[in-house]
Amino acid sequence: MIIAWENLTPLDSFIGGCLIGVAALLLMALKGRIMGVSGIIAGLFASNPTDERAWRFAFLLGAVLGPICLQTVTGQPVISQAVASGLQFYLAAFLVGVGTAIGAGCTSGHGICGLARLSPRSLVAVLAFMTSAVATVAVLKFV
Amino acid sequence: MLRIIAALTSGVVFGIGLALAGMLNPAKVVGFLDIFGVWDPSLAFVMIGGIAVNLIGLRVVLRREAPLLCDRFILPTATTIDRPLIIGSLIFGVGWGLAGLCPGPVISSLMLNPSDMVAFALVLVAGLMLGRWVAPKLA
Repeated sequence: MIIAWENLTPLDSFIGGCLIGVAALLLMALKGRIMGVSGIIAGLFASNPTDERAWRFAFLLGAVLGPICLQTVTGQPVISQAVASGLQFYLAAFLVGVGTAIGAGCTSGHGICGLARLSPRSLVAVLAFMTSAVATVAVLKFV
Repeated sequence: MLRIIAALTSGVVFGIGLALAGMLNPAKVVGFLDIFGVWDPSLAFVMIGGIAVNLIGLRVVLRREAPLLCDRFILPTATTIDRPLIIGSLIFGVGWGLAGLCPGPVISSLMLNPSDMVAFALVLVAGLMLGRWVAPKLA
């Protein structure tokens, strides 16, 4: 194993992680809901009553605006470097959608909220998606 | 109205957190997953921070009878580790590894990089719809 020392951002990542945690805690304390993004998106498109769709839309709108606010305040662009294009890009999108719907959660719902609730289901989900994600990245290197 | 503002606020904090953490950079996400290559473990600190805040915070929050703005907490009720959970999570991981994008960062990148992310989000939603339909058949 080789560590990418020059790319490490442990402090920024920790602070960002704490903020993600605060966001989840806010949603639970105020609205009583799990901050699982795949579930929040799915519920927006399911046959739900208007108020059930409204909070989901508001959360997602906030998530869109957050990085824009940060960019405006700091004056620094948020760095984003794509790793996939074409078929690989769209296949990824499809698999992320199908997988999180079948597995009932993603990195936020299972990875943050579920693990913090000490949910055995979430622990299994996280181990499963981490394993297949690591394997996928490893396999792609040989292709 | 207060509920909407609460959800919006949570979303804004979430989006800022993702951006600060480096989660909006697919190359960094793939670097985190590349443990057999040149590994960037930074994003492990995202999980540590996020979980730590909730591990402590949820103990306080869930001690209450109800959330501040609604009449009850809605928590997941499933407890069995079943086939859909494992198969679905494995599929999700493959998608995550292929592009370095999971649902939260896709949403938070919609305005930063609309030309790619809107298309990604639309396909993701189509996948979510299909997955919802398929999931009961896998159980």
